[in-house]
Amino acid sequence: MSPVARPAQEPSVWKRRLQSQGALAALALLLLFGGLRYDEFLGTQNIVFLSASTSKFGLIAIGMAFVIMAGGIDLSVGTVAVLASVVAAHLSHHGVVPALAGGVAVGLLAGLFNGIAIARFKLIPFVVTLCTFIAARGLALVVSNRETVAISYETGFDQLADGMLLGVPTPVWIAGLAFALGALALRFSRFGRGVLAVGGNEEAARLMGLPVERIKVTVYALSGCLAGLAGVLLAAQTSGSPTEGAGWELIAIAAVVVGGTLLTGGEGSILNTLTGVLLLAVILNMINFENGYTDGPHLTLGSYWQTIVRGAFLLAVVVLQARLARGGPSAR
Amino acid sequence: MAESAPASTPLTTSGTERRGWACLKGGRTLIALVALLAFNALFTRDFLTLQTLNINLSQVAQVVVVAMGMALVIATGGIDLSVGAVAAFAGTLAAVLLAQDSGALVQPGVAVLAALALPLLAAALLGGMNGLLITRCGVQPIVATLVLFIAGRGLAEMLTNGNLRAFAPERLEWLRSNLLGLPVQAWLMAAVVAVTVWVVRRTLFARRLLAVGGNARAAHLAGVPVARVKLIAYCACAALAGLAGLMNVAMISAADPAKIGLNIELDAIAAVAVGGTLLSGGRVDIFGTLLGALAIQLLDYTLLAHGVADEYALIAKATIILLAVFLQRRGK
Repeated sequence: MSPVARPAQEPSVWKRRLQSQGALAALALLLLFGGLRYDEFLGTQNIVFLSASTSKFGLIAIGMAFVIMAGGIDLSVGTVAVLASVVAAHLSHHGVVPALAGGVAVGLLAGLFNGIAIARFKLIPFVVTLCTFIAARGLALVVSNRETVAISYETGFDQLADGMLLGVPTPVWIAGLAFALGALALRFSRFGRGVLAVGGNEEAARLMGLPVERIKVTVYALSGCLAGLAGVLLAAQTSGSPTEGAGWELIAIAAVVVGGTLLTGGEGSILNTLTGVLLLAVILNMINFENGYTDGPHLTLGSYWQTIVRGAFLLAVVVLQARLARGGPSAR
Repeated sequence: MAESAPASTPLTTSGTERRGWACLKGGRTLIALVALLAFNALFTRDFLTLQTLNINLSQVAQVVVVAMGMALVIATGGIDLSVGAVAAFAGTLAAVLLAQDSGALVQPGVAVLAALALPLLAAALLGGMNGLLITRCGVQPIVATLVLFIAGRGLAEMLTNGNLRAFAPERLEWLRSNLLGLPVQAWLMAAVVAVTVWVVRRTLFARRLLAVGGNARAAHLAGVPVARVKLIAYCACAALAGLAGLMNVAMISAADPAKIGLNIELDAIAAVAVGGTLLSGGRVDIFGTLLGALAIQLLDYTLLAHGVADEYALIAKATIILLAVFLQRRGK
């Protein structure tokens, strides 16, 4: 059994499948329940709203999944997205392309900083990205002058959020493309295999001649870029507010975990991460619907229930995963 | 601040060969602290007054209390992200109990005692949940404590339906008054530090703690009850977080579940890291953690006293934490 690439292992394959199908099955059940109980739940309007507002979390979760599969963690994505959103809001008055490029460049710089500090200077990912988290929040306040930065409507920047192409919102196209590329890259590219190898066993990957440092810098840079892109979408949706984005990194980590990716690195799936993102989003959406439900008995749930239900759900998934993993190759 | 730097050396490691470096590392944080003190004594108006000391001590007390528990958890090779949420839950529960009119049912003294003991117990139980998830289910500490990080604050808000809950100011007056010229909370902090130092230096538990963090498998083979040791560490960490929550509500005679202990996990982790404890486990430096927390607090105060805007203070703080960790890495 190779410790690096983890090819098909008989016992864990069906278990992994069960894990991923489990999340998918839960998503299907929730959608079915919601569709039967609430009139507008599966209506076009709600689906458009839900998918458009979820796409920025999706982008962040892709980056987080790559970082986690490489054995790291990126706590900085939330505030980096916010920094990118205020930068993009400023630049939106010069056109869509500068705003987009500026936002992504901010994310790229932050990601490169994380990656180099972690890969080259061997600092702990948790501490490095924590510092970037704090600094990016400060920078966002500096750039925005502590005020919401208005975006330009003349340049069509808001169309990044509100535009539709073939009946699908632009953010969904962007996130969908990112998920497709991410899944393909993980499955079929040399980079994807390198990420899994580094996360599985860094020392072995190094001995095999893989460019471990470069792979690590690349995953953090990727995570930063995607956080920047998410920030641009955030700006297009709500204008550049320096106080948004709190706790996004943890939502992204939760989504990745719910999607069945182990935090120890070395394995995972981009499409299951998508399932995880959608599951968390649908749960929140259903709580909103439950509050608006008037025919028959219903619960009135304060906004704090969102966090409780999310936490409970993460708990359930984590315990279930532990159950499934028991007896498998869990002794590391 | 009564102890001297070399006193910290035996805490840093169970072996002897690292003593020289450990001394130097503890010394470095101390030098930074002394430099900050000297700078302030020279350039900050009214710095050398009892009032300034008291302001700084009351601001840092909660962080230090949480950081003590965090240091124990980090010594096991884990991390606890849930401390802020646990502090919010315990503090809010205490406020709810204190706001209750117990009337003739029990004596007022007993009621206050119960209102302090029950939240601490509840906090310890939440820590037990973290510990069980980690030891029983084999969940990664960062994910296991993420559950309560997400849900804990929601649970606290559920207690007050999301509102601020005030109670009669005289009920916890002693916990925000002064004793022998210093805030009671500072004495409480000193007591917690003293007990933690005693535990880490003198007890078998500390040896087991470091063994578990150094190499859990070897510790297990050597007969250390790994699961129990970890469980106790997470319970202690959560109980201390609960204590910080009580200290918080005592200051303003009210509980705001959305605010208590917000970001305190980051401050505590930063204090441990700046204090020279690597986040990889197997080592703990209680005195260094105290120095780390004091240094960060003094840095905050210095920036504030010299009119540096919050946002720049954040950037400076991030830079300095990263630099401290980097220098410690180099010193290894």
